[in-house]
Amino acid sequence: MATLREPVPTFAGTPPFPKAAAAALADRQLRENLRRATTTIRDKRARAVAERDDWEALRLAGAAIKDEVLARLPELLVKLEERVTAAGGAVHWARDAAEANAIVAGIVKDTGATEVVKVKSMATQEIGLNEALAREGIAAWETDLAELIVQLGQDLPSHFLVPAIHRNRSEIRDIFRRRMAAAGRPAPDGLTDEPRALAEAARLHLREKFLRARVAISGANFAIAETGTVIVVESEGNGRMCLTLPETLITVMGIEKLLPRWQDLEVFLQLLPRSSTAERMNPYTSMWTGVTSDDGPQAFHLVLLDNGRSDTLSDPTGRQALRCIKCSACLNVCPVYERTGGAAYGSPYAGPIGAILVPQLRGIARHPVDEQTASLPYASSLCGACFEVCPVRIDIPEVLVHLRGQVVRQRGWRQRTLSQEALLMRSLGLALGEPRRLAAAERLAGLAAGTVARDGWIGRLPLPGLLGAWFRGRDLRAPARMSFRRWWARQRRGTT
Amino acid sequence: MSARDAMLGRIRASLADRPPVPGVPRGYRTSSPPDVDPVALFSERVRDYRATVHRRAPADVGATIATALATRGARRVGIPPGFDRALIARAAVEVVVDEPPLARAELDALDGVVTACAVAIAETGTIVIDAGPDQGRRALSLLPDYHLCVVGADQIVGTVAEALARLDPRRPLTWISGPSATSDIELQRVEGVHGPRTFDVVIVEALSPALPDPPAPQEAVP
Ligand code: SF4
Repeated sequence: MATLREPVPTFAGTPPFPKAAAAALADRQLRENLRRATTTIRDKRARAVAERDDWEALRLAGAAIKDEVLARLPELLVKLEERVTAAGGAVHWARDAAEANAIVAGIVKDTGATEVVKVKSMATQEIGLNEALAREGIAAWETDLAELIVQLGQDLPSHFLVPAIHRNRSEIRDIFRRRMAAAGRPAPDGLTDEPRALAEAARLHLREKFLRARVAISGANFAIAETGTVIVVESEGNGRMCLTLPETLITVMGIEKLLPRWQDLEVFLQLLPRSSTAERMNPYTSMWTGVTSDDGPQAFHLVLLDNGRSDTLSDPTGRQALRCIKCSACLNVCPVYERTGGAAYGSPYAGPIGAILVPQLRGIARHPVDEQTASLPYASSLCGACFEVCPVRIDIPEVLVHLRGQVVRQRGWRQRTLSQEALLMRSLGLALGEPRRLAAAERLAGLAAGTVARDGWIGRLPLPGLLGAWFRGRDLRAPARMSFRRWWARQRRGTT
Repeated sequence: MSARDAMLGRIRASLADRPPVPGVPRGYRTSSPPDVDPVALFSERVRDYRATVHRRAPADVGATIATALATRGARRVGIPPGFDRALIARAAVEVVVDEPPLARAELDALDGVVTACAVAIAETGTIVIDAGPDQGRRALSLLPDYHLCVVGADQIVGTVAEALARLDPRRPLTWISGPSATSDIELQRVEGVHGPRTFDVVIVEALSPALPDPPAPQEAVP
């Protein structure tokens, strides 16, 4: 019987973006790690993309294929169901998170298993599957190294691709030492903080779980309607383990993950690795169609998840967000994300895509949404870098502006405040886009704050007009004596 | 109403504006430029992933496999039931055929595995295995810590598009581009997490003489 881990914090209850962002901004370690991560990946990506002189043609094809998927979605889903079923799989339909969780828990219970191994999946984070399984007495073990770090650290992921990027090596060693034993094989004695040693500790810890696992749960990067093939793209090999060793495999997939044809992979297997890990190809990609006798799981369940996707689809401007292939390129170029990290977005979908996808998944097209969700479309400077790198050409700034309009329309009584905020975010955005202007703005804020900060916190600033309104909505950490940008400029010159 | 019908109904309602189905502009490249030698490019790209690549004439393949296994210190080595045993006959190892299928623990205890492949891709340095008789079921090339893959020169295509055209989607496929890797800890690349931590490729070239081994692999790019 597995030891059930303590419940991890959930995304529910995350404070609205400005508040959460202020807390994150105050965390120097997080900010430093994030900046290093985003800069490194950004530069590598640019090189990987420059190698293909037909990159723009691939993007155009990628966007068109995904638009075709959305326009033909009912027909393609039915076809996928037919092909998966014909190949020996079972297809389930889930309208929302509760339905999806109940389906998965039911399947696991039918096998008699009390634990499952999981390969990183944003869809299952979105629906809170691990917590739902824990309530049913089923332990869900994350097997991606970063997810393992996040899970053992009882933490929230901060980036799709490198979810533990907010942790440094000695923190990770401490987490492994303290928590591995309760979850299974303990960390080796004398574990150092060398990344190689930490990876080895994770290998040993998880190998034990892979070898005994009877049920695995995965997400899907793509599924091919015409063949029923499901595809998982990964780096570490934990995906192969989960997709190959257990007797039962359950895949939870958003309905927008479809591709019409097998041939379409020639576009997406180029777009995704180069945009995501900045490689010509990621180390491992697994593809399977239903079940294969004598090879891999003998029971395969595909759960098709709506959970707000059909609402998103109803908005002709907003629906392009469903083209997203979760590559994370837009996170790495976003000046707002770089300063706040992922947890501030209050959802597994962070950064520019999170800012346009989450409000829509939560139904902004159909009804007013909560404060946290309504603040997300403002978590941007509208600089447009996200569109430039997006492999499926999602016009994120266009959707952001569109959603801000929806927020304002839905909140008649708060219209003035929000319009002011929108205006202020725009001017901040302009400043973020232009280093010199931001520098000036920050210096100004630093001077102003100096007169009112108590205990390092700015309470209610007695500032008039826009600036006062903006600070009222935010409990900001007083600007450090050296602003982030000045600090950064000095870092880059090699001084501290 | 079933969840299925409800979902399909909602999706149809959301598409009430009848968005057009766009044609897909396929202006991208699907084959390599004519001056590219796929075997040379494949070797270079696999080496970029810090895997070892040998190019050999058929007569020299057995000796190369024997040397590679010895270099890696492998003593018990698994092969798929349909793998050509003659290729591994010269190696000083205990050969274990995965027939009847080995238990997970037995696979885990092997020092390595030697398989063939279905197709290989030059531009991305990828090999694809499709669980054919000379490649074996998926678990065989996953659990042992070392994988040596024998690739026929005629199996190497230029591009991802050409590979997809040759593959059968009904078979379970594994695309392998170098050894497993993670950058999860401070973005420092660590090779070998869960899959085989060491990966060697031997290319069999019917028409060319044995070539000297290229220089040792360098930093992974890009
Ligand atoms: S919006 Fe585009 S760039 Fe951002 S994660 Fe999705 S596909 Fe990648």
